[in-house]
Amino acid sequence: MELILSLGIGVLTGSGVWLLLRPRTFQVIVGLSLLSYAVNLFIFSTGGLRTGAAPILEGGRAGTLAMHADPVPQALVLTAIVIGFATTALFLVLLLAARGLTGTDHVDGKESGR
Amino acid sequence: MPDALPLLIAIALPFAGAVAAGLLPTHARNAAAWLAGGVALLGLAMVWAAYPTVSAGGVLRFTAGWMPSLGLDFSLRMDGFAWLFAGLVFGVGVLVVVYARYYMAAEDPVPRFFAFLLAFMGSMTGVVLSGNLVQLAFFWELTSLFSFLLIGYWHHTAAARDGARMALTVTATGGLCLFAGVLILGHIVGSYDLDAVLTAGDRIRAHSLYLPALVLILLGALTKSAQFPFHFWLPHAMAAPTPVSAYLHSATLVKAGIFLMARLWPVLAGTEAWFWIVGSAGLATLLLGAYIAIFQHDLKGLLAYSTISHLGLITLLLGLNSELAMVAAIFHVINHATFKASLFMAAGIIDHETGTRDIRRLSGLNRFMPFTARLALIAAGAMAGVPLLNGFLSKEMFFAEALSAKDPLPVFFDVLPVAAMVASAFSVAYSLRFIHGTFFGPDPVDLPHKPHEPPAWMRFPVEVLVLACIVIGILPAATVGPYLDMAARAALGAATPEYSLAVWHGFNLPLVMSMAAFAAGLILYRLLQSHLAKGIEGPPLIRSLEGRRMFERTMVFLSWRLARTAEGVLGTRRLQPQLRLVVVAAVLAAGWTVWTRGVGPGNLVPSGIDPVLALIWLLGAACALGAAWQAKFHRLAALILLGGTGLVVCVTFVWFSAPDLALTQLLVEVVTTILLLLGLRWLPKRMDIHGSRGSEAVTLTRRLRDLGIATAAGAGMAGLAFGVMTRFPPELLARHFLELAYSEGGGTNVVNVILVDFRGFDTMGEIAVLGVVAMTAYALLRRFRPASDSVDVPEQQRDQSAFDASRPDRKDGDTVADWLFIPSLIARLLFPVILLVALFLLLRGHDLPGGGFAAGLTVAIAMILQYMFGGTQWVEARLRVLPMRWMGIGLLLAAGTGLGAWMFDRPFLTSYFAYSQIPVLGKVPVASALLFDIGVFALVVGATILILIALARQSLRGHRAAAPRPPEVPAVPEPVATAVGDD
Repeated sequence: MELILSLGIGVLTGSGVWLLLRPRTFQVIVGLSLLSYAVNLFIFSTGGLRTGAAPILEGGRAGTLAMHADPVPQALVLTAIVIGFATTALFLVLLLAARGLTGTDHVDGKESGR
Repeated sequence: MPDALPLLIAIALPFAGAVAAGLLPTHARNAAAWLAGGVALLGLAMVWAAYPTVSAGGVLRFTAGWMPSLGLDFSLRMDGFAWLFAGLVFGVGVLVVVYARYYMAAEDPVPRFFAFLLAFMGSMTGVVLSGNLVQLAFFWELTSLFSFLLIGYWHHTAAARDGARMALTVTATGGLCLFAGVLILGHIVGSYDLDAVLTAGDRIRAHSLYLPALVLILLGALTKSAQFPFHFWLPHAMAAPTPVSAYLHSATLVKAGIFLMARLWPVLAGTEAWFWIVGSAGLATLLLGAYIAIFQHDLKGLLAYSTISHLGLITLLLGLNSELAMVAAIFHVINHATFKASLFMAAGIIDHETGTRDIRRLSGLNRFMPFTARLALIAAGAMAGVPLLNGFLSKEMFFAEALSAKDPLPVFFDVLPVAAMVASAFSVAYSLRFIHGTFFGPDPVDLPHKPHEPPAWMRFPVEVLVLACIVIGILPAATVGPYLDMAARAALGAATPEYSLAVWHGFNLPLVMSMAAFAAGLILYRLLQSHLAKGIEGPPLIRSLEGRRMFERTMVFLSWRLARTAEGVLGTRRLQPQLRLVVVAAVLAAGWTVWTRGVGPGNLVPSGIDPVLALIWLLGAACALGAAWQAKFHRLAALILLGGTGLVVCVTFVWFSAPDLALTQLLVEVVTTILLLLGLRWLPKRMDIHGSRGSEAVTLTRRLRDLGIATAAGAGMAGLAFGVMTRFPPELLARHFLELAYSEGGGTNVVNVILVDFRGFDTMGEIAVLGVVAMTAYALLRRFRPASDSVDVPEQQRDQSAFDASRPDRKDGDTVADWLFIPSLIARLLFPVILLVALFLLLRGHDLPGGGFAAGLTVAIAMILQYMFGGTQWVEARLRVLPMRWMGIGLLLAAGTGLGAWMFDRPFLTSYFAYSQIPVLGKVPVASALLFDIGVFALVVGATILILIALARQSLRGHRAAAPRPPEVPAVPEPVATAVGDD
């Protein structure tokens, strides 16, 4: 399982970085989304991969790590997902505004001379 | 500590007065003057109240904890030396306030002036009363700041702005050096307390860091006291109103540097380094200032250079490493403050009553303002060192010191008496010029105003100061003697030497030198008559040596050329190279760590591969690669593939025990997809890029390079992730949170408890960010102008409209309404259901997967569904969504819950919970965290809807933008500048 997830994270990172280096704003925004998936998964995975051990306590008893997955990375990632949405939105609006102002969707606001 | 009360009042009162003056109406000139005068008088009374203790050799102290963890206290300390300076600050302050009341024009915003002046007074008091070096540096910087504001008071004139900026740049830079020096000094001594520092002189001088500390502290002192080569800011500061010059440049600001050097004299002086730096700076300034002063045509310019020269004299005395010279320096501080303040005021009176300060235009004013002329004559006599005036006494002491100074370099001391005489002759010459050029000679012609005597109260401060000059000059021992003695003893301690304050010391060498200097000055002035009559700007021989030009060149070099060069060499305006650099640096940094530290897979045995998850991830990877492949030309396809990847991530969260994450991810996925879909409409169609694109080979190389980087990054992340996952995760906080979630947080969903309770403050920050982002997006979209090729109505919509238009029985928009009839019906029916789901998620969030984030997103989705299927106009006709209000309520609720804890004496955001029995529903948890979660919920609803709707509405705005717009309303004209003062 660890192997699958780490390969998955690798593929997501690679695709994200590739898109990050492309010249069109839409490519960059998709790249950033892919990259944030990868990063979220990575942070999530630092708590260890556990199945059937959701950090939901039963019957009001104090929980232990033997029974439940680490809740801290989950809490971190939860807010990261929401903030990720916000930054994607901001970036989208920015790229639209830039496109409106410059007439191009190149990341530099003008077509490269090359 | 009743002792400390005067100190506290003296330091707090001016700042309080400054605030009060700042709140007065703009033209409340008299009220502000009364206020400022009262504050200064009260301050003076406080200083006087401290006299009995201080004169008996005692020290007044006040200490309050400031940063105890760093060993820093807020500490006030007044000994005889500080008393003298505090007396000058308030005493001259009172006179300046009286003078300024009559000097400032009624049209000027005078309360602002007095507010700055009082704040400056407070800062200056802070400098002299600080019992702690860090605190002293703080007030030091405050004096720089307020002098900047005062010099730039008439900010509508370029000269005031430039002068103020230059003064700030020079003195504040010096202040930073001083701060660094003080930190080193504190490091050497082990304490910033002034008492501790003053007793550690030998340790400081012997320390290896002595020289850096000395140089840094002197940089601060010499810039403040306008010593060569930093003297150039002072003449440009003359753009300030004259009361400011009289205050700052005679008695206070420039004396701060002197004060500091004298204060630290017992611990820093006595070495060759001190002698060379301070002594040579003082000597150079003394001569240069006096020389340039002769050739100034502006009265205030003359006084400015004369001030520089006299400050040089004091600095030189301090640099001589002799206790007697130190006494002479303190004495000259008092004398200079009295005669220079009165001269500045006299210059201001002349300017005020004639309209000019140019000596070339002034002459014969003796006949029009005889009284003022006599006052100025006496003050200028004191400046030149005429016997029976106070300047004479300190000058004699200076001559005596110049003759008797010894070691380390004998040759230098042969030069010193000569230099002293030359400078003295120069000062006689410029004093003569000031008096003779202004008050004598033929009647003036063509002056802006007809000259006459000023109001009596405007002359009053000058009279007081001139009286002081005379009284001190005739009866030094009886008048200034005790105070000087007290100050010298406080500064020097047991090392205070014997000295005599008599007017007549017999016929000795200093007296001969004085007489020779007078004769030389007279002859020099006579010889220079023809040159001065030509009215050439600037002093001969060293005209090109202009500090201002060098300063400006340095500034241009630093802030423009160097920055541009650095940008050209190091920077790029293109995004791709920057991002490439960031990624490569990250990969290399990680690689470097792996290379040096060696990292391999951990010791946990990986769990077996589940074929289902493997298949899912095969799909996810394919989607990601496909998105990367297609994002350029097939945006919709890429978006769908991106969504596919998101779903795989979501499934992974479910798989590995993170139901909350899965829920949030799913909802965010929906919202993000809608968001990007809305954006697609404004992106350009596929087009062939005009212009050269370079050869295929270049493109291919670039792509291969990026592919290499991407592969390296991906492989690195995969390896890293594998390494992390095969290690036993550190427990850190997990155990703690799991144990306490229920007993202290009152919830069984640990992730939610962490978010709304344990780490509630983080969450509050994050929802604030969300709100800020939403409003930024909204603000950006308000100004949105689509690109010209995206303005047209899309092809499909045109076809539909054409179809509708061609049928008489159809209205515009019917086709799309027909198409969406069933979806919109479903959406409408689902609306309450989805809202109920959201409520369900919100309420159970503390115990089961759900919570404010998920519920908020759900509501946003419900809303946006209506927009999508019903159309913007349909929805907005029926439903008023006020996203801003949602966001505001959310933030207030979250913050209010946090603040509520304060009412129960608990730290911010402490939560409360209990279970209560409610009929029908049964046992229901009631936690204040739920209230917080509702805040989160409301903010998420507001922010998400705000962004989505703002974007969705662009399709309406876009067409409007294409239509011709009415001409812009002309900008509101700038308010006419207030009437210019006459300085």
